[in-house]
Amino acid sequence: MASPGEAAVGNTHVGEKKKPTSRYWEEPQEDGKHENKVGEDGEQTERSLEKKTRQTHKAKKRKQEEDQGDGNKFISGKSDPFPGPAPIPEDRLQKFKRRDKTKKPRRQHYKLKDMIASSEEASEMAQKQAARLDLLLPEDAGFLEGDEDEDTCTISQEDIADVVDITSATKYFDLKLSQFGPYRVDYSKTGRQLLLGGRRGHVACIDWQSKQLMCEINVMESVNDVKWLHSEAMYAVAQKKWLHIYDSNGIELHCIRKFNDVLRMQFLPYHFLLATASATSFLQYLDVSVGKEVAAICTKTGRLDVMCQNPHNAVIHLGHSNGTVTLWSPNQKEALVKMLCHQGGVRSVTVDKTGTYMVTSGMDKKLKVYDIRAFKPLKSYFLPAGASCLSLSQRGLLSAATGDIVQVYRDVWTTPVSKPYMAHRVQRTIWGMNFCPFEDVLGVGHGEGFTSMLIPGAGEPNFDGLDANPYRSAKQRQEWEVKALLEKIQPELISLDPTELGQVDRATFEQRHQDRVKALGFDPLAKEKFIPKYKKKGRSSTGSVERRKRQVAHEDQRDVIRKTAEDKMKIEKERKKREKKEAVLSSQRSALDRFKK
Amino acid sequence: MKVKVLSRNPDDYVRETKLDIQRVPRNYDPALHPFEVSREYTRALNATKLERVFAKPFLASLDGHRDGVNCMAKHTRNLSTLLSGSCDGEVKLWNLTKHECVRTLQAHEGFVRGMVVRYCGTSFFTVGDDKTIKQWKMEAPGYGEEEEPLNTILGKTVFTGLDHHQKDAVFATCGQQVDIWDEQRSSPIRSFTWGVDSFSSVRFNPVETELLASCASDRSIVLYDMRESAPLKKVIMTMRSNTLCWNPMEAYYFTCSNEDYNLYTYDMRYLDRPVTVHMDHVSAVLDVDYSPTGKEFVSASFDKTIRIFPKDSGHSREVYHTKRMQHVICIKWSSDNKYILSGSDEMNIRLWKANAAEKLGVLAPRERQAANYSQKLKEKFQHHPQIRRIAHHRHLPKNIYHQTKELRVMKEARRRKERNVRKHSKPGSVPVVSEKEKHVVTVVK
Repeated sequence: MASPGEAAVGNTHVGEKKKPTSRYWEEPQEDGKHENKVGEDGEQTERSLEKKTRQTHKAKKRKQEEDQGDGNKFISGKSDPFPGPAPIPEDRLQKFKRRDKTKKPRRQHYKLKDMIASSEEASEMAQKQAARLDLLLPEDAGFLEGDEDEDTCTISQEDIADVVDITSATKYFDLKLSQFGPYRVDYSKTGRQLLLGGRRGHVACIDWQSKQLMCEINVMESVNDVKWLHSEAMYAVAQKKWLHIYDSNGIELHCIRKFNDVLRMQFLPYHFLLATASATSFLQYLDVSVGKEVAAICTKTGRLDVMCQNPHNAVIHLGHSNGTVTLWSPNQKEALVKMLCHQGGVRSVTVDKTGTYMVTSGMDKKLKVYDIRAFKPLKSYFLPAGASCLSLSQRGLLSAATGDIVQVYRDVWTTPVSKPYMAHRVQRTIWGMNFCPFEDVLGVGHGEGFTSMLIPGAGEPNFDGLDANPYRSAKQRQEWEVKALLEKIQPELISLDPTELGQVDRATFEQRHQDRVKALGFDPLAKEKFIPKYKKKGRSSTGSVERRKRQVAHEDQRDVIRKTAEDKMKIEKERKKREKKEAVLSSQRSALDRFKK
Repeated sequence: MKVKVLSRNPDDYVRETKLDIQRVPRNYDPALHPFEVSREYTRALNATKLERVFAKPFLASLDGHRDGVNCMAKHTRNLSTLLSGSCDGEVKLWNLTKHECVRTLQAHEGFVRGMVVRYCGTSFFTVGDDKTIKQWKMEAPGYGEEEEPLNTILGKTVFTGLDHHQKDAVFATCGQQVDIWDEQRSSPIRSFTWGVDSFSSVRFNPVETELLASCASDRSIVLYDMRESAPLKKVIMTMRSNTLCWNPMEAYYFTCSNEDYNLYTYDMRYLDRPVTVHMDHVSAVLDVDYSPTGKEFVSASFDKTIRIFPKDSGHSREVYHTKRMQHVICIKWSSDNKYILSGSDEMNIRLWKANAAEKLGVLAPRERQAANYSQKLKEKFQHHPQIRRIAHHRHLPKNIYHQTKELRVMKEARRRKERNVRKHSKPGSVPVVSEKEKHVVTVVK
């Protein structure tokens, strides 16, 4: 196990009884380390015994050997107490694992083999580097723990706000807006801006952390939904008749008459697509970077007022009154998947960040969790009042609105949950609800206005500065916008599996060819029909042309016959081989033969 | 009750003063970066398009010769110096950074056939149609001094090419035979002949420095060892090879440019079939030169184009042409792996970038990083049909485009005919001959 040099190092440790300084990376593997140490000690004592017996005659020589054998030794005689690279915890490595190792190709593909080996080495290195960096992330996630026999769901928002620091305490607030009643809520992608849309026409955008009002307008029409577009400079409002786009000063930029009676909207940030679901059962996609309608799909399923997106693959989920949830992409006129989720209508749908779980609530007062990759139900809960609104946070907390009560659940998909993690009652019925990205905050829009709640452990603690940076400057935002527009993903690339593009196209040639034939309507590789050449000096008379044609046809026929004959021979050969084998097998008698009839 | 709520100190995330650069905290969690593959694909597509946009390979044209440029030589020690010899016997030294001629000398009467710089870079040799070998000093003569060769050797026959040994004061010429000369003597120390033929080019091996290879007009390529009295072996091909060049990194490979529009890379040890056949030219290939990295080579052709081939690929990755460039006679790849120099019939030397879309000059670290990143992405997605289409598209002059098409038709017809012959012959009597084997007639030892 250990080289002689290492053994020598160990001995000095034992002698001094000095413990090595504990390092942060040792913590998760404490037990394992300890066991190892015991084993080592045992071995070392054995070694030292052995040493003593041998020391009598060959001590000097052995010592020399030891010194030469160990290359890692420092000149001073001290050795590195932490040799080699620091170990990386397995779970962190797993987090950054993209795919399993590729199967090695056969020997003749030696170039391919080298290529795969080197690329795998590179990706492994990248994985390790990323895992290392993960240890250095500055922030930790929030949490809430009750005392003994104290339920976390009984802790009120006021209590939390009293305990936490002042800046966090200011994140718990109420906006009393009883006039234009129930509100829809949307946070921008960085989580800095809040957009409120009152049913009776009141639209306001707020920098909610500094409580600065960016703009406030009344559109003098009923508002069905509001949504931020790619940046905080623009937002879309689904009004009574048309879809309108406003800028952050409240100036109307566009009125899009192609999009009528919109009830719900979703914005796909990497595709720059605004997906809208309308009362006329149309699902429409608007490319906001060029202002073109990408797709309009008639779903033929009635009023569409339940909608969410899968952030992992940009597929739109729609909930219907017959209890089904359908999955849509702009490339297909039919639903990708139809799932029967509830008896009675679906009231709300939401999908988690990794695209693994879907949570639905229905008129049957049930809350169900599905594995959306395998389309399998995982958990089913019964909520006495039924949830009208669902929202999932970045770290997987589920908030469900039952009437005027907000309930937040933890780990709904892993463990059966009986009690909510947190609960809060607002003044009137909840209309819209959203977690704020990168903050422990849940925004609730209701009949009396808006409530911002503190939900410890909801938000992702460490943001990526190049993706969504809450602290970005105007210059950085501009830069980001250009970059994001440059790498806008085309709507054609939306599919259930977003990694499909990076996989090896294993479709066989035949399959591709079949598709091509289907698409073209004819076989491009088919044998051309024989057209006899025109020959002079009377050799293109009808008779001779006919004869030439017959010759070619005869040749073709011979080819076919030759091939079938060969095939037959092959089959016959195989049959004979099989029979021979069977004969050999049947000739061997076994003890069990007497039980056969 | 224990509670912790996320509360960030903005000071940790924004820069302190306006003079600092912005802080960009990173988190590489894959869940925060969805659509990895699609975004990378989009980036790769953009990078490929930009590469085509920025592909402006032509840098400069060096004019001054009064006849077609027949041969060129790289300076062995100096990147910015180039020597060129023209069909009227004039030799010019060029300063490449300033794009100007620094020295002109009338070296020969008639063509300057070959030129080579001595390994030390202090002098160079020229051979010409006037049956002389001349050695010249690299520095220009002082004021009032006359332009005179250091040394002149009068030969018996016309010399068509020469090359200098890598380390010793020995050089080789070719003409009616291959001669090895000592710089101190006026007669060859060794002469090689193998049948009656004339040779068009001779090259020393850059690693096994005693080895030479030459192209003969009887369609053969002959290998020699300088220490032996007789040639080693030769391979006879269906058509004549014009020039050859050794791969400087894997010096057992050499590539020869052939009259049958192709280039052939041979392994010196196994001459019975070429390692690779490089096709794409539509006329005789006149010259070839390897990049100093040995990964690519460039070829000059009678079809007025220059093509760059990866060393193990059958087709070119790049083609350069201009309206004014006529038959390209000589080509060199600069020793810093960045530029290509071509000398052509219409008296000009052209300077090209070896990598058409590369930005010249000093790159900022971030610029370099971005370039490397996009290069990797392009490599990763190179086989996707859309990217492939954009990356491979080249505009070609009309006649070359049509000739390519015509050649393809001819080749297809030949293949079809062969297939038909095979079909109507006794099985096995018409064997399948691969493209590599087709062009080798025999190997003689």
